[in-house]
Amino acid sequence: MLQVNAQTEDPGAAGPSSREAPPLVVEGLSHAFGKRQALRNVSFQLERGDRTMLLGLNGAGKTTLFSLITRLYNHRGGSIRIFGWEIKRKPSEALARLGVVFQLPTLDLELSVAQNLFYHAALHGLPRREAASRLKREIERVGLTDRLRENARTLSGGQRRRVEIARALIHRPRLLLLDEPTVGLDVASRQFLLDHVRMLCREEGLAALWATHLIDEVDDEARVIVLHRGQILAEGPVPEVIRRANAKSMREAFDNLTGERLE
Amino acid sequence: MRPVHYYRCMRGIVWREALRFLNQRGRFLAALVRPLVWLLIFATGFRFVLGVSIIPPYQTYIPYQVYIAPGLIGMILLFQGMQSSLSMVWDRETGSMRTLLVSPLPRWYLLLSKLIAAVIVSVLQAYVFLIIGYFWGIHPPRWGYLTVLPALILSGMMLSALGLFLSSVIRQLQNFAGVMNFVIFPMFFASSALYPLWTVKQANEKLYYLCMANPFTHAVELVRFALYEKFNHVAFAVVGGCLVLFAILAIVGYDPGRGLIARRQGGE
Repeated sequence: MLQVNAQTEDPGAAGPSSREAPPLVVEGLSHAFGKRQALRNVSFQLERGDRTMLLGLNGAGKTTLFSLITRLYNHRGGSIRIFGWEIKRKPSEALARLGVVFQLPTLDLELSVAQNLFYHAALHGLPRREAASRLKREIERVGLTDRLRENARTLSGGQRRRVEIARALIHRPRLLLLDEPTVGLDVASRQFLLDHVRMLCREEGLAALWATHLIDEVDDEARVIVLHRGQILAEGPVPEVIRRANAKSMREAFDNLTGERLE
Repeated sequence: MRPVHYYRCMRGIVWREALRFLNQRGRFLAALVRPLVWLLIFATGFRFVLGVSIIPPYQTYIPYQVYIAPGLIGMILLFQGMQSSLSMVWDRETGSMRTLLVSPLPRWYLLLSKLIAAVIVSVLQAYVFLIIGYFWGIHPPRWGYLTVLPALILSGMMLSALGLFLSSVIRQLQNFAGVMNFVIFPMFFASSALYPLWTVKQANEKLYYLCMANPFTHAVELVRFALYEKFNHVAFAVVGGCLVLFAILAIVGYDPGRGLIARRQGGE
């Protein structure tokens, strides 16, 4: 116990204290754009194998939170640690362990599926041969092996998303971030993504943080963080959050917590 | 991250830029046709309007198309630099910039790799132009083709760094029209690309000083002298200095702590 306290005095300066450092620890995170406070004292933690749904309306601060975790820009207050590495001080170590699926489509439509994946592997410094075997495996798991040589432009929206998940896993991150990944997808593609991420968490111990404003995506097996106007209103396993909010369903729990209705 | 990771990352970025360039046939053609139109039509038409006297680095009277060839090479470098800046803005709008910036390698290194990728593409274009120009009477000394290489790289890097810096400042994609109007055209016309500066000085002294203050003028002169196996100290110093300046501004622009990106995300 004493040792843990000693570690928290200077978090992330020297790196993780042990290999057991949790995938993601966010502590007292605050961020403002000018006068507008986007995030207020946000704290939560993800453990190995956790599938956590970050639920909030548009404008709740989900994208800001993701931008800070991926270090698009630095946070002003608090700390973000990925497997013990503080993102501001050790961005390289932290980012190397992180896989991201962004809200906007990010495939290069001028290139083939394989070229997109090789490009990503190169950004992470993977040798080409190893990248080839890894991307083969990842693309197979999302069922798009026969499309590897095709131009990314020829893929449907759902297929592009599947390629993006495959891409996010090529450097074998242990933490996966997904920012509203199902927006604009049909029911089947959406279900595929949900199932795929569920499998990754359960069978491979990946920790996943999945941002959404769609309450249907929050199932009882997941954990949930309710983010509203930059603040966390509730956090925990879904059944527990529902119970604490004196509600019968997640939808009712959200309405009770925020005083606003979710679509 | 070890050096080999750095190497693979840069190789990947250069490879992607080259693929994109080759895949976009239209862009390749446009990039080549633009200076050729100037060379084959404009220069021929102006041949008898503008007389060019003997000025360094030339040792004889030269036809007009020989004079503007380095200026048109400068144009290739300028357009390419701005085009890569356009693609950066585009990348940021579509989000593929985000995939670049979550790479674990340092951000300055990612920007440097982008810069080098852009320069390699523009240097190749410049050589294709020189080859075509050879059949249009542009015959620099044989070694000039080699001595021009460092000048192309340095000037290309300077202009691409300027483009990178602009891309960190410009938010919207449609502003490329603005870049054309407010950056490319003024830089191109207020320079020694199309006319020797002594003629400008005779016409308007203020414009002359403006041209002298234009880094593009010095990029063109560096290329012009290098193509004739000569070294222009002033041009070298100005281009080198501007490269450092623009590179620093670009790195600051993309810095996660201070950068303009950090301050501009309020709309989300």
